[in-house]
Amino acid sequence: MMSELYQDLILDHNRAPRNRRVIEHPSHEADGHNPLCGDQIHVYAVVRDGVVEDVSFVGQGCAISTASASLMTEALRGRTVEEAEAIFKRFHAMLTDDAAIDGFPEDGLDKLQAFAGVREYPMRVKCATLAWHTLHAALAGDGRVSTE
Amino acid sequence: MALAALETIRDQFPILKETIRGKRLVYLDSAASTQKPDVVIDTISDYYRHSHANVHRGVHALSQRATDQFENARRLLQGFINAREDAEVIFTKGSTEAINLVAASWGRTFLQPGDRIMLTEMEHHANIVPWQVAAQQTGAEIVVVPILDDGSLDMEAMAKLLDERVKMVGVTHVSNVLGTVNPIAEITRMAHAVGAKVLVDGAQALGHLRMDVQAVGVDFYTMASHKMYGPTGIGALYGRRELLDAMPPYQLGGGMIRSVTFEKATYAALPDKFEPGTPNIADAIGLGAAIEFLSPRLEEAHHLESDLTHYSHERLSEIPGLKIHGTAPGKAGTISFTMADVHPHDIGTILDSEGVAVRAGHHCCQPLMARLGVAATARASFALYNTRDDIDALALALRRVREVFGL
Repeated sequence: MMSELYQDLILDHNRAPRNRRVIEHPSHEADGHNPLCGDQIHVYAVVRDGVVEDVSFVGQGCAISTASASLMTEALRGRTVEEAEAIFKRFHAMLTDDAAIDGFPEDGLDKLQAFAGVREYPMRVKCATLAWHTLHAALAGDGRVSTE
Repeated sequence: MALAALETIRDQFPILKETIRGKRLVYLDSAASTQKPDVVIDTISDYYRHSHANVHRGVHALSQRATDQFENARRLLQGFINAREDAEVIFTKGSTEAINLVAASWGRTFLQPGDRIMLTEMEHHANIVPWQVAAQQTGAEIVVVPILDDGSLDMEAMAKLLDERVKMVGVTHVSNVLGTVNPIAEITRMAHAVGAKVLVDGAQALGHLRMDVQAVGVDFYTMASHKMYGPTGIGALYGRRELLDAMPPYQLGGGMIRSVTFEKATYAALPDKFEPGTPNIADAIGLGAAIEFLSPRLEEAHHLESDLTHYSHERLSEIPGLKIHGTAPGKAGTISFTMADVHPHDIGTILDSEGVAVRAGHHCCQPLMARLGVAATARASFALYNTRDDIDALALALRRVREVFGL
């Protein structure tokens, strides 16, 4: 059970998060906050012609939220905003919807499958989705989001 | 406690036979809520099966039976904390509502601009936020007593801050994070010397140590049933009669009035004045059963929990990278800790997978977390059904955390 949740991929992205950096002139940004555990995240995005050219984050959180933020930035860079939103919906469904166990078989997104184990720990879904909700808010033009 | 006696006690808590993810349940989250013995569960069930009716107004036999049991529970609580009279015990939803009652009723009536409300750095949000609102509404201000590095209250700082501007001192009896047991008798003496009233948040205390409100001399003491083997949704406020008599009602409605016209109402005497509406009868009676269960075992429980506290400090100190927050002398069975850079929620989830239930988060003490310089802690807390085996299971599971995170 535990090996399913804390996979090497998640532990690696927690230890060495990718794209954890400030973007100086983002077109979109938002703060995310999980009051339950005190996780704080700030997500930056550069969107040009409907394409997420760059995406990054800074902040502190648990292994699940940090790794999720890190893998999110890798998965979404270069996607259109519509694709990014669709991936967010599928990611959320993978964690919460019993009917959506297919997850992410395709190349480029298959790493997101690592979070399927979160389904067994409903209390942790907010950790795994904090960065995603925050990016979603940034793209929608809302500056702040809370997973409360 | 002798092993045989302990087995007998564990046998009285049916939930301890549950398995979690295929493992024996090791329940170390009693500071959040204790489990319930059969006698409490059965008392509530029996009440609904044999004695339920509304209290205080029926002329029929069942209403009398329900009223007798409900008022008996109040007397049990009165005896347990040694209040002078049962009317000084007001049933509430819990400790939080009891504090809200005092902050709203006493606070808004007696606080004035320039008055001070003294709180401590280790207070639960429930003993901070109601006072903030009372301060905003009255022009009073809040002053905060800091803690020392070991988690005890800085009594020198308190003495310096305490002057005649302070009208209320709100302090927790036992910290839900640090386990610190505050010297409430000394604090009460100091506060009374400058004319301040004292409210002690007893939520974390009553399940673990003997409290005598008259001997300590507190003005208000708040209680949470579900942290002392009773049901959720019930608690109580103890207040000295002269204070409660002088306070306006907190909520208004049926059962708390003497007479009503559309022009005005006169209020009932204590305790009814503060108990409008149909009370939580069944759970009050369940709390009574919890007191009958706990009171004869309290000293034994205190002794056992002291041993577990000592033993867990010993075992947890052996784990590299683990830091215990709160090492005050004589602390209660609540151990908060962090582990290198591992987030407490990750600790909590990995422990859960090993069947070990602990709390992880800010424990509704964000100012204290800021003082400790952490966003959150993991917390193990004990009750009279815990054993050294439980601590060993915790220590083993914490080593699993180290493995998973490659520490």
